[in-house]
Amino acid sequence: MLGYLLRRLLYALPIALGVTLVSFTLVYIAPGDPLNAIAPADAPADVIESLKVTYGLDRPMPVRYGLWLARALQGDLGASIASGRSVAAEVMGAVGNTLRLASVAAAVGVTLGCVLGALAGYFARGWIDRFASALSVVGVSVPHYWLGLVLTIVFSIRLDWLPAMGAGPSGSGEWAWDEEHLRHLVLPAATLAVIPMGIITRTVRALVADTLSQEFVVALRARGLGSLAIFRHVARNVAPTVLAVGGLQVGYLMGGSILVETVFAWPGTGFLLNTAIFQRDIPLLQGTLLVLCLFFVALNLVVDVAQPWLDPRMARA
Amino acid sequence: MTDATRVWRRAFLVLPLAGALAGGVHAETVVRYGISMADIPLTTGQPDRGAGAYQFTGHTLYDPLIAWEANVATRPGKLVPGLATEWKVDPKDNKVWRFTLRKGVKFHDGSEFTADAVLWNLDKVLNDKSAQFDAKQSAQVRPRIPSVASYRKVDDYTVEITTKDIDALFPYQLPWFLIGSPAQWDKLGRDWAKVATQPSGTGPFKLDKLVPRERADLVKNAGYWDKARIAKTDRIVLVPIPDAVTRTNALLNGQVDLIETPPPDMLPQLTARKFRIVQNVTPHVWPYHFSTQPGSPWLDIRVRKAANLAIDRDAIVKLLGGQAVAAKGQLDPSSTWFGHPSFDLKYDLPAARALMAQAGYTKANPLKAKVIIAQGGTGQMLSLPMNEYIQQSLAEINIQLEFEVVELETLYLHWRSGAKADMNAGKGITAINLGYVTADPFYALTRFAYGRYIAPNGVNWGGYANPVVDGEIDRIRASFDTKVQDKLLAQVHEHMVDDALMLWVVHDTQPHALSPKVKQFVQAQHWFQDLTTLGM
Repeated sequence: MLGYLLRRLLYALPIALGVTLVSFTLVYIAPGDPLNAIAPADAPADVIESLKVTYGLDRPMPVRYGLWLARALQGDLGASIASGRSVAAEVMGAVGNTLRLASVAAAVGVTLGCVLGALAGYFARGWIDRFASALSVVGVSVPHYWLGLVLTIVFSIRLDWLPAMGAGPSGSGEWAWDEEHLRHLVLPAATLAVIPMGIITRTVRALVADTLSQEFVVALRARGLGSLAIFRHVARNVAPTVLAVGGLQVGYLMGGSILVETVFAWPGTGFLLNTAIFQRDIPLLQGTLLVLCLFFVALNLVVDVAQPWLDPRMARA
Repeated sequence: MTDATRVWRRAFLVLPLAGALAGGVHAETVVRYGISMADIPLTTGQPDRGAGAYQFTGHTLYDPLIAWEANVATRPGKLVPGLATEWKVDPKDNKVWRFTLRKGVKFHDGSEFTADAVLWNLDKVLNDKSAQFDAKQSAQVRPRIPSVASYRKVDDYTVEITTKDIDALFPYQLPWFLIGSPAQWDKLGRDWAKVATQPSGTGPFKLDKLVPRERADLVKNAGYWDKARIAKTDRIVLVPIPDAVTRTNALLNGQVDLIETPPPDMLPQLTARKFRIVQNVTPHVWPYHFSTQPGSPWLDIRVRKAANLAIDRDAIVKLLGGQAVAAKGQLDPSSTWFGHPSFDLKYDLPAARALMAQAGYTKANPLKAKVIIAQGGTGQMLSLPMNEYIQQSLAEINIQLEFEVVELETLYLHWRSGAKADMNAGKGITAINLGYVTADPFYALTRFAYGRYIAPNGVNWGGYANPVVDGEIDRIRASFDTKVQDKLLAQVHEHMVDDALMLWVVHDTQPHALSPKVKQFVQAQHWFQDLTTLGM
């Protein structure tokens, strides 16, 4: 197992490096100028030139990438061009906020997806299946930006039950798992949960229906096993795939919630990425992408390690 | 215990409470303000994020030497004394300006404001050898005070600033330059990152709390030197909400009490719920800036005038939900510098068609032009729908527009480079659509009309060169009588309009939506707003 873990860790390194290189290159070849984040639009050429020198933007791209990478390896992600604040502090604060949102959304989405998918698989072609499948199609297809706005109109403006935006009455810096803060979490988490719910419902439904049609289930029934015991066997077979899909979904939620975080002004990584992209704040963009990438890689590693534990055949393979 | 003793004991217990209720205890008044920016602007002294940011962390926390009167709504403001009580140009050397500083002013940290603080702040943004030099603050303000050549202290309350050339408009540059406390910077280990969370100016508010990207709490500076501008609210909480719909939802939900720029299509909903919409003429214009370089189709004044006559500006104002006013030139007619242009910007299709015919353009031989526009962004209003409207309107007079749509940051690159640059002329771009701030003579007029500022030496993008206008601007720069200055500035504006230097469409009105709880707010005719006027 240790060798497997080390091998997986080694695979993760070139992936992380590749992501930093690709994102660095893409940001630099995109049109626009990072100095627009700090200089007024009509700044004269001499001011622009001196700023380029100050922020090291006068150097060739490979040199800039090398310098950035060398610092990043020592844990220093630099300072944001736009705000001057430490990128590491900015990103870690945002990651904390997104983690709260993503974990609640994932817990709700994965749980609902598993329950609905299992029911749909067990009662394939029945009305429960049709209902769960329709729900999952809606979950996968509905534009989340639109859903967030609709939920806000209904629950914040019409009914006045929940706040429309923000991460708490005093900002995310004073977050607590109390009623006041959880009320801020409900709408964005519900909006985000729809994505994994839809995908996992479809996955689980297909897997359960497929597993139930296999010969070993017929054999189990023939041996007189009850429904619960058969369900345990089915679940054991379905679990590794659901874990892999669920892990990917949590990874997507960590970095892929730009629109939802913007709609709810939730100060997470999506909101941060959005700001960094529009301001061409390269250090902030690089730092956020790197941390998200490492998080994704770590999550996949956890899934890879957990899968053989659930299904020993995978370790032998 | 006797009855008399009981009475005295009760009185002893009750009287302080009654006294407190009568006047000592006072519930803090708080206004929560949803702002359109993605982050709180810089708090260290010189705000970033453009002119609109000065109202939030500029003129709230700090004061300039010369201020802009931002607490009147009924007329354009004017220059007023700030931390300088008086300023005069030296009659022997018109490049030297002498500033008499206000006495008895203290920074929020308790240190005293003197001439040393002015020099320290000038070094902070202009002298990259000084210990306190901050490249980020410098980048914000250096382009806004381009005339400063040198400066010196005369005595503790007198400072001299020498300009590079004779520049009578120099005082208009100074509302941008704000004065922070040198003592606070020293106290915080000379660390600008720490100053950002504990800034110290002389302004009407102090920063109480800063959560980057989420909120900034400004509390009233009860000891503010200008008693006429003591804040009417104890605390203003600035909440960055960049998405306009989210911002409006937050207002409707009661999470904020005031927002800027509500989306036009949500105005009926806001007014139906008794929210108040406040707007005013703002020094801003949404134009097409024409290239007048050789080869440009806009070189012909008949074509430029025809374009100006082909736009139904009232329809665009309607498209914007009434959040704009139709342009009559670079400036609104209420401006002191509007003058009396002979070319009237009105909707007159027959006249526009006649001019196009005179210029040789017909349906069979239309004029084709490429315009670079932004997909959106600060100052661009409803960029794409407005541009499409212009495109359709100009098609009516046989002008076929093609758009090159870019992000605002990219548009700035094209703007700074000028029409002649390869990135514009080389791609056939002959006009640019960029919202302009027109707050003072330089920003409104001279930077676009003066031959010396033809890009890349400035932002006279199209290369407009008119010797008469150049002569007038030279005289403005050398005229220290405000009345003469105003008269000449009006003449420059008249020339700009009569030459149809741009296709002027609308002026923004910078709308705000206020909850019924917010009873007082004076919206100045400027990007600078005075938040001390906000009251519950």
